[in-house]
Amino acid sequence: MLRVVDLAVARGGVPVLEGLGFALAAGRVMVLRGPNGAGKTTLLRTLAGLQPALSGRIEADPDILTYSGHADGLKATLTVAENLAFWAAVHGQSQIAAALDAMNLTGLQDRRAADLSAGQKRRLGLARLRVTGRSLWLMDEPTVSLDAASVGLFGAMLRGHLAQGGAAIVATHIDLGLPEAEVLDLGPFKAGQSRQGAFDEAFL
Amino acid sequence: MRALLWRDIRLAIRAGGGFGLGLAFFLMVAVLVPLGVGPEGALLSRIAPGILWVGALLASLLSLDRMFALDFEDGSLDLMAVSPLPLEAVAAVKALAHWLVTGVPLVLISPLLGVLLSLDPAGYVWLVAALALGSPALSLVGCFGAALTVGLKRGGLILSLIVLPMYVPTLIFGAEAVRRGAAGAEAMVPLLLLAAISLGSAALLPFASAAAIRANLK
Repeated sequence: MLRVVDLAVARGGVPVLEGLGFALAAGRVMVLRGPNGAGKTTLLRTLAGLQPALSGRIEADPDILTYSGHADGLKATLTVAENLAFWAAVHGQSQIAAALDAMNLTGLQDRRAADLSAGQKRRLGLARLRVTGRSLWLMDEPTVSLDAASVGLFGAMLRGHLAQGGAAIVATHIDLGLPEAEVLDLGPFKAGQSRQGAFDEAFL
Repeated sequence: MRALLWRDIRLAIRAGGGFGLGLAFFLMVAVLVPLGVGPEGALLSRIAPGILWVGALLASLLSLDRMFALDFEDGSLDLMAVSPLPLEAVAAVKALAHWLVTGVPLVLISPLLGVLLSLDPAGYVWLVAALALGSPALSLVGCFGAALTVGLKRGGLILSLIVLPMYVPTLIFGAEAVRRGAAGAEAMVPLLLLAAISLGSAALLPFASAAAIRANLK
C-alpha cells in the first residue's frame, strides 16, 4: 500500500531525517516514535504530498491517503454535522452518521463547532478521517486533548478501519492500546547527527 | 466543488463572516463623498463614475485577506490539498464565492448610489454593466494576491500592495466606460476590454493561485 525507499525530508530547508525506508501493507498500522523535533510531522506531511521530499521515493497512490494534522480543519460557525458533511462531500461521500456514531458525536451534531470543548473538536477532526473514504490514514498526534474513553473510541475506530483493509501511520507519544502496531523509532534516521540542537528552533 | 461554494457562502453570511462589510463600505463612500465635496451637482456627476469605481474596488479589497488565511490557520487548506479537489478548483471556487458575496451586492446597489452622486441618467445602464463585467476580475486578482500572501501573519498590507497595481486596468476601463456612457458617447470599447480582463483572469489566475498556495504550504 505504501513503500518508502531511502527517503530524506527537510523542514525549513534543514534536513531532518535521511535514509528512511519502510513498507506498510493493508490492514497494518505503524506508530512513529521520537522526541519532539525528531521529524514526525515533517515525515507525515511529506508522505501526504504537502511538501516535497529531499531525496528518495514514496511509492503510494496519492488518491488513497488522507491526513490529519495538529489543526482539525473545522469552521467555528458551522455545526458538527455541517463540518463533517462538507468534508464528506469534498471526498465524494455522503454518509456521516457512522462517523458521528464512531466518535460519540451524535448527540452534539447540531452544536456549532465554536461551542465544542477541545476534546470534542478533536473527536470531530478524527471523525473526518472516516468520512473521507480513504484507506491510508496519516495521523499526527491524534490523541491530543482526548480523555481515556475517547482514546478508546479512537482505537476502536482505527481497528475497524484496519479490519476493512485500511492502513494507518500514527505519530504519537502515548500507548494507543494497539499491540499489533509496528513501531518505527525515528531516532536512528536523524540527519546530520552532529548538528543536532542547532535546528530545534525550526520546530517551535 | 459545490460543497465548497456553499460552505464559503454560508460562512460569509453567518455571524462574523464579513458579509456586508464591503457593501457598508461602498455605501459610506457614496454617502460621504457628496458631503465632503459639497452640493455641486455638476462637479459630483462628473466625478461620480470614478468615485463609484474606486469605492467598489476598495470594498472588494476589504474582505480579500480572509479568502485563504482563515482556511490556512485552521488547517482546512492542508486537508483540501490532500483531498481529491484540485487546488485550481479550490482557488476558482473561492474567487467565485467572494464575487457572489461581495461583487454581486455591489453591482445591485450601485444604481442607488449613482443617485446619491447625481450620476447622469444615461450612465446607469453602463454603471451596472461595467461593474457586472469588471467585478469578477477584482475577485480573481484578489484571489491570486490572497494566495500569494497566505502564509504571512498580518498579510493584509502586503496583499493590498500586491493587488492594487493589478486592479488599475480594471479601474481605468471601468470608470471610462461609465464616464463615456454618462456623456452619451460610445462606451462599448472600454466595456469589452473590461470583459476581456475578467475572462483572461478567470482563465489564468486560478492556476497561478494554486501554484502560489502549493508553494506556501511547504
